[in-house]
Amino acid sequence: MTESEATTVEAAENAIAAEEPPKAIAPELFVSISPHFKSADSVSKIMWTVVACLMPPLVLSVFVFGFQTLIITLVSVLSCVGTEYVANRCLGRSTDSIKDGSAVITGVLLAYVIPPGVPYWMPILGGVMAIYVTKVLMGGLGYNMFNPALIGRAFLVASYPVAMTSAWLSPIRDASVFKYMGSGADAVSTATPLYVLKHYGMAALIERFGSLSVIYRDFFIGLRPGCIGETSAFLLIIGGCFLIYKRYVTWHVPASVIASVALFTWIFGGEGFFNGNPLLAILSGGVIIGAFFMATDYVTSPTQVTGKIVFGVGIGALTVLIRLKGGYPEGVCYAILLMNPLTPALDRWFRPKRFAPEPEEGA
Amino acid sequence: MSAETLCTFPMGGIHPPESKELTEKLASEVMPSPKRVRLILKQHVGAPCKPLVKKKDKVTEGDVVASVEKLGANLHAPVSGTVKGVQNALHPLVGNAKALAIETDPEAEPKTYSPVDWTGFSREEMLAKIKDAGVVGMGGAGFPAGFKLDVRPDLKLDTLILNGAECEPYLTSDHRVMLEHTKDIVEGAKIMLKILGINYCAIGVENNKPDAIQAFNRTIAEDTSKNGYNIVVKPLKVQYPQGSADQIMQAVTGRARPSGVRSSVIGIILQNVYTTKAVYDAVALGKPLYERIVTFTGKGIKKPANVMVKVGTSVADIVEYLGGTTPDLAKVIAGGPMMGFAVSSLDIPITKTTSGVLFLAKDEIDTEPYLPCVSCGFCVDVCPMGLEPNQAGVYVEAGRGKDTEEFGVDDCFLCGSCAYVCPAKRPLVQFMTLAKNDLRAAARK
Repeated sequence: MTESEATTVEAAENAIAAEEPPKAIAPELFVSISPHFKSADSVSKIMWTVVACLMPPLVLSVFVFGFQTLIITLVSVLSCVGTEYVANRCLGRSTDSIKDGSAVITGVLLAYVIPPGVPYWMPILGGVMAIYVTKVLMGGLGYNMFNPALIGRAFLVASYPVAMTSAWLSPIRDASVFKYMGSGADAVSTATPLYVLKHYGMAALIERFGSLSVIYRDFFIGLRPGCIGETSAFLLIIGGCFLIYKRYVTWHVPASVIASVALFTWIFGGEGFFNGNPLLAILSGGVIIGAFFMATDYVTSPTQVTGKIVFGVGIGALTVLIRLKGGYPEGVCYAILLMNPLTPALDRWFRPKRFAPEPEEGA
Repeated sequence: MSAETLCTFPMGGIHPPESKELTEKLASEVMPSPKRVRLILKQHVGAPCKPLVKKKDKVTEGDVVASVEKLGANLHAPVSGTVKGVQNALHPLVGNAKALAIETDPEAEPKTYSPVDWTGFSREEMLAKIKDAGVVGMGGAGFPAGFKLDVRPDLKLDTLILNGAECEPYLTSDHRVMLEHTKDIVEGAKIMLKILGINYCAIGVENNKPDAIQAFNRTIAEDTSKNGYNIVVKPLKVQYPQGSADQIMQAVTGRARPSGVRSSVIGIILQNVYTTKAVYDAVALGKPLYERIVTFTGKGIKKPANVMVKVGTSVADIVEYLGGTTPDLAKVIAGGPMMGFAVSSLDIPITKTTSGVLFLAKDEIDTEPYLPCVSCGFCVDVCPMGLEPNQAGVYVEAGRGKDTEEFGVDDCFLCGSCAYVCPAKRPLVQFMTLAKNDLRAAARK
């Protein structure tokens, strides 16, 4: 802009100012599109609430298995958050996303679905797989097709099948919480109930874990070998119900997953038909944590009610199929991973009911 | 009033903080005429008005100063004074707009009106009076009332609904009108029933205004000249957007208006309660619409109030009259917080459709960047039209707004429920608006 031009512009502005004296009341005002106020719920508030809801089982697990579970969980969380930070940093993206709590959830969930007796480098590797490959490379939160924690677990199971299926800890009966500290891979190898059930049958299960009523009680409270997230059905249900109460998740997915696992197990799970044990099927393995905390992951589950129910029933059916016919004793992880990529299709097939879409004939 | 008897709409909706306590108990106060008024020439649906007066002309309060031949509404001088010509003024929605400026004569006496018996007027006479008085929908739409009431005779109407839901948080101007002019509104309802040739009128009022509901019930019960008209009050559940056209019609009558047709097709005429009062003023008093109650509220203004102001008064003048703004004022909104328009300056004239001006403080506004969609589905749950704002938003972000028809973008009336609940704070109303624009552009091609 030349000087003369500047003067002209200034003169014009002065002329306008002289004609219309500006009202000197208003400070600088923000403008934006409506609505001008919003609900207090934010992504990070929801995510941190989920993290809080996942904490009671961790506390219990310390008493049942010792401090090893806490260390494994911390390692996993640090790995996930660290991976998210480093990866975003390297890709030149904002690193603010580590504060939203989603990487923490992934870390906690990953620790909850691997045996607590694995060496510490395993959750680190799983965390990198979960966050970097499954989430960051797909574009970050909101763009991942699969549940990150479950991809981390699936990767570890495929790569280190021995550790991932045998590094279990037995519940400590003498209340010595330091028993397994630092023992890492030297953990006492024991077998999970589902493994026993699959390979040795109901009689062996009762021989090892006590009568059915004892099994129901111990499994419900969480006194049995397994992943942190597979042990205490009770505390997981409390946490899950809190999320439903807060309306952060709806009941449709958890209810349909649990109901369909029970139903299909009852029909196909025993000698002949209609002879399975649905209660045992729900309480053992990862059905509860899967139903409440993994299948309900916003990004990888449908948004509409019908879609959610179909999604949940699909997970239940695949879980039972894998448990009964597959090579693994537990199928929740793969069932959810198999249903995850169907989410966009389910959203497309099951649309919300419109208010009044079509003009009525002759109206 | 038990919760079971409350009418409401069938799907979606939210319940944001009502925030009406700031002004709901404050009787409307009359602000003295400002030094000058600026009448925006298009403050209604239809064509802009053409001025009928020239610079330096003397006008008297209530004179027609601008008119339009086709669909539209006359403008009247809100004050007696001298015409200063056509100027530019800021309009909250369209930005710069042409406005007719009038300088007030401080000596002029305010004009007074006295009611006449309207029952002898014919339908045509009453319609002409309403059109002459420049009455438009005062809830925000600004559709000329005279044209809305002039229904094609082949359409079978059976219900007149008065919209007194006032579901927008903060706003209380309709509430005050219902309390302070209950009789006028009931009379206005009878005028409109006579014009429409029907006898049933339902007044929908959200249940957070029990005094207004009582006032209507009392007035209707005491009314000795019902002439066979059946006027009832329907208390509505406090649920946003209860006062939206489709939602209140469904709540009151159970009828859903199919997408893309006028309400008269399903036998209903819907008018805002304040518009009904303006209809009464036009027909019984012969008073044109040139002043109204506007709610000035929010933490950003020193003295919240319901003020009776002349159309064309600058918001800045009213703020000055009320004692100014607070130091932490950050955002000014013409209208309510859900569907109102943020303005960049206080120097904007009040129009016939301005029901409130909201002043928000720094700690009440959201300036955080938004996040990608996490597919929580909250927006789908709260959409009162059963649409998918999440999907439309993602398409718009990807530059594919023209492919969003299947998500029901056309039915969206921008109520903002989706953006209110979105935990990622996505500007879903903006995405919907952009999608509408893209669809319209694609349709033109």
